[in-house]
This record gives sequence, structure tokens and C-alpha cells, in this order.
Amino acid sequence: MGMTISQKILAFHAGKEFVAPGELVNCKLDVVLGNDVTAPVAIAEFDKLGINQVFDQEKIVLVPDHFTPNKDIKSAEQSKTMRDFARKFGIKHYFEIGSMGIEHCLLPEQGLVLPGDLIIGADSHTCTYGALGAFATGVGSTDMAAGMATGEAWFRVPESIKFIYYGEMPRWLSGKDLILHTIGDIGVDGARYMSMEFTGEVISKLSMDNRFTMANMAIEAGGKNGIIAADDITRDYIEQRAKRPYTIYQSDPDADYVEIREYDVSKMEPVIAFPHLPENTHPVSEATEVSLDQVVIGSCTNGRLEDLEIAASLLKGKKVHPEIRLLVFPGTQQIYLDALRRGYIETFIEAGAVVSTPTCGPCLGGHMGILAKGEKALATTNRNFVGRMGHPESEVYLASPAVAAASAIKGRITAPWEV
Amino acid sequence: MKFTGKVHKFGADIDTDVIIPARYLNTFDPAELAKHCLEDADPEFPTKVQAGDIIVADKNFGCGSSREHAPIAIKGAGIACVIARSFARIFYRNAINTGLPILECDTAIDAINSGDEVEVDLDLGQVRNLRTGEVYEATPFPSFMQEIMAKGGLINYIKDK
Ligand code: SF4
Repeated sequence: MGMTISQKILAFHAGKEFVAPGELVNCKLDVVLGNDVTAPVAIAEFDKLGINQVFDQEKIVLVPDHFTPNKDIKSAEQSKTMRDFARKFGIKHYFEIGSMGIEHCLLPEQGLVLPGDLIIGADSHTCTYGALGAFATGVGSTDMAAGMATGEAWFRVPESIKFIYYGEMPRWLSGKDLILHTIGDIGVDGARYMSMEFTGEVISKLSMDNRFTMANMAIEAGGKNGIIAADDITRDYIEQRAKRPYTIYQSDPDADYVEIREYDVSKMEPVIAFPHLPENTHPVSEATEVSLDQVVIGSCTNGRLEDLEIAASLLKGKKVHPEIRLLVFPGTQQIYLDALRRGYIETFIEAGAVVSTPTCGPCLGGHMGILAKGEKALATTNRNFVGRMGHPESEVYLASPAVAAASAIKGRITAPWEV
Repeated sequence: MKFTGKVHKFGADIDTDVIIPARYLNTFDPAELAKHCLEDADPEFPTKVQAGDIIVADKNFGCGSSREHAPIAIKGAGIACVIARSFARIFYRNAINTGLPILECDTAIDAINSGDEVEVDLDLGQVRNLRTGEVYEATPFPSFMQEIMAKGGLINYIKDK
């Protein structure tokens, strides 16, 4: 019996020839990640171990991105806990404001996560790095603490579902639409405990930015990880970034999948996920009655350069609807700078948008754009749970950057070809 | 481990944003978090919940973010055990790692109502409804996880190693 990429990565890091789905294995980790919300909890647990060093100063990454620049005193204390820890233990990859970005945009950009890696992060969207052909999964703070101390974690080897995308990609369709469509198809627990492997002719032509968007939302289907085999597009992306060797794995032809699902993308429309679950999907043409108060473009799902490029192309020379608040959040300082140099930021500001420093901000209802009771937002983020962006009686609709930009212009959910 | 307590019943896909909204994540003090536990699903829950109570929920409990604040808030509210049709995987892992007893039990979910008294036996993997006398069999934990829980969570487990 062959193995999937996910099995191969776990087997290698467990020091085994073969691992089977369902098996419990103890693995060595390449990267352990935490942020300003989860790391302080992990640090408190780490302290209980009473040890005076971490397993590897180069393999821990700490990113203050959720409530930073610090939104209040308590958040400032949490950031300080993490900063002090980073200094005390000599953590090499601690990113202060100014070099900080949203973690899942930042780590790939900095070449800190590479194909074949085994990565845990105390953040559920750690699965984003699967786009590079790595096995990356979200864990809690206690796992992070244990990981920082021992460099190891236990895993249950997941079963895999293969998703094959074929057909001609219509104009305006993006990775976001493919993943929303998939979640709508299998449901928010359709891949619970499982590995989601994205393949097919559409994926092999998809840009890295779009691949990150897809792997990012594997967790929204309950997946343990999302994974895309590394290829030339991946190599181009990591060439200038990688500072250490990496391994490219392919799934064996006789690898075991619990299910294979195929999607013809040629007739797909941009997808909207209605409140309050990412599985409540509708084609954009069924959603155009929904009027909005706020539009958010950014986050670890869609805060990359290509996302801003599409949004800017639609907003160029246009104005944001007078009843809409449009917030744009570049994912990292580098993305911000690139967008600035290419004139996107000017386009956004001239259109009447607010452009923010990289932060998670409104994505999790943290700060910088919270919704009042009864308000509706369309966001390029990944979750539309009750209260996710503010008041429990507010609503979040999820969509691609193209739909978001078009909707900001019209003041209601709008297909990109309408503007 | 055995618990007896009053049931608070919830539906499917109770996510971690509902268990503890991000607006309260600027602390991880269990008592502070408990004040807002599940308030977006049931605004009265934080005031009516009592020590030793039990949560019964449908599928995919704890989906969403990896915040360990979710099991911390539930434990802080005094909940003795969560029984669900299924758990989202990060929550499942976090519950074991932090020592919040959980049980996956398909048959119990439909038969148990809010307000019922139930008795949970974690070792046997059994749930008994004291109102009806019915007993439901649950899936027991793999021995590896039982070992972690028996040590009182992952940190103690590692300490012993
Ligand atoms: S942008 Fe949103 S989903 Fe991504 S890490 Fe930040 S809070 Fe989480």
C-alpha cells in the first residue's frame, strides 16, 4: 500500500518507513508557532516544566498579530509576555511591530516553512502552509508549550480525502471560490480529523497566493491539514526564500483515500458563504439582494499581493459606496510595501477605503472595524460564526477579493462583472 | 472518573467563537473567561451554570479556532464534562491536554434533554440518564490519551518523562 504526502511527512518525522491512517505516532517538529493570544497561555504552561531552555531557538516562531498594535492594556501585557519570553530564551524568529505581519502570510514569505516540513502552530489556520507541500496543523497552547520544550508532538495519522479540480477556470474565479465551494459541498465537519489533498489540472496552474487561500480554509471543513504537492510554481516561490534544505513529496499512485471528489470548475460562479457557517454557500448571483455596511479585504486567507491587485483593479478610478466602510488589511509589511509601490494603496485611498497596518484586527472581532448590532459585513476572511466580527447579532458574508471590491462599490453583494 | 450533574444542551457546530468570543481573549484567567462562556449561544448560561454541570451537544463541538481559552472557559465555568456526538479535532486535543473530560457518545445526544441529571463514568465510557434510567455506551479513549489524562494533562505527562 502506498502513502499520501501527509503520511510520508509524518513517517519521516517519526523515523518510520511506513505509517498507516489511524496510527498514533510521535514526531520531530520543524517549526513551532504561536501568536499574542495563544503564546502567553503556552508560556505559562512552559514555565510549569521548570526548564531553562527551548528545544531549538531557530525553530520557534512568535508573531504578535492578533491584537497588535496593542489594542488595550491587557493585550499589551500579553504581547509583553511573549516579547520577554522571546528575549529570555533567544528566540530567533520573533517579529516585532514593523516587521510583523499576519502569521500565515508572514511565515511562507520569510521562507520559514518549506516543502516536507512538519509544523504545528497554536493557531488553527496553521494549515495554510500545506500549500507548500508541508504537513502543517493547528494545535492548542499546551501542545505548543510541549513542542517548544521537546521539539516533538504526537499525531494520529489522518485518513485522506482527495479533491480533484478540472476544467477551464472562468474569469473572476479564485482559489477562495474553489475552497468555499468545497466546504459548501462537504460541510464544516466533512473532513473532520482528515487530510484534504487538493489536486488536478486547475490546482497545478493555480498561483501560490491562491493555493495558500485554499489550504488556509481546510480547517473550515474540519480538516487536520490541507495539502498541495509542491511543483515548479512552489519552487519559484521558495527559491529566493529558503535558507535550509527541503524535501518534495508526492502521493503514491496506490495511496489510500477514503474518498475522491471531483469538481468541474468551468461552470462555477464566485461563491458567497452566508452567516453563520462557512458551509452556507451560494453562487454570487443568488446573493445580490444583500445590502452591506462594511467590506473587509485582507486576513491570512486573502491579504496577499494578488488579492490586493484584483481588488485594486476593480476599485481603480471608482468610489466606495457612501454607505460602505471599506477596510483593507495587507498581510505583511512586505505585501504593504509592494502594494504601495505598485500604486494599489493609492487606488484604495482615492476610492475612499481605509488601509491598515498588518493585523488580524476585524477578522476575529478584535479591533479596527468591529460591527454594531444588526450590521452586515462582507469579508475575504475565513469565518462567519456568530459574533465573529463584533456584535452577536451582526452578520458576516465570506467571499473573494474580487467580489469584495465590487460589493464595496455597489453597497450590496455584487458580482465582479457588474462593475 | 465519575461525574453526576445537570445537563445544559446545545446544538450542532458550537464553535470556539461562541464558546468564548475573541473580544475576551485579552486574558486567559479561567474565572474571567467563565463570565462570558457560551454567552453568544445562550446569554444566561454564565449565570445559570453551576459547578458540576454537564454540557451535552450535537456534532462538531468546538469547531473553529485553536484557542485553548475555550476548554479553559468551560472548565472555569465549573463544567465537569462535555458529551458530544463528535468534537472538532483541535478542541478534542486541547480538552485532553488541559484535562477537561470529554466523551463522544452518539446515542446519548438524542435521548438527553436540558435539565436532566446524568451520571458519566469515564473509565467505562458510560452515560446514565438518571431521569429515565437509560444507559448509553460511549467510545472509550485510546490508551495513549488515557495516559495523558491520568497524569493530569500533557505538561505533567512530559514532566514525568
Ligand atoms: S487573520 Fe483571522 S483567521 Fe487569520 S490568523 Fe488572524 S484572526 Fe486568525
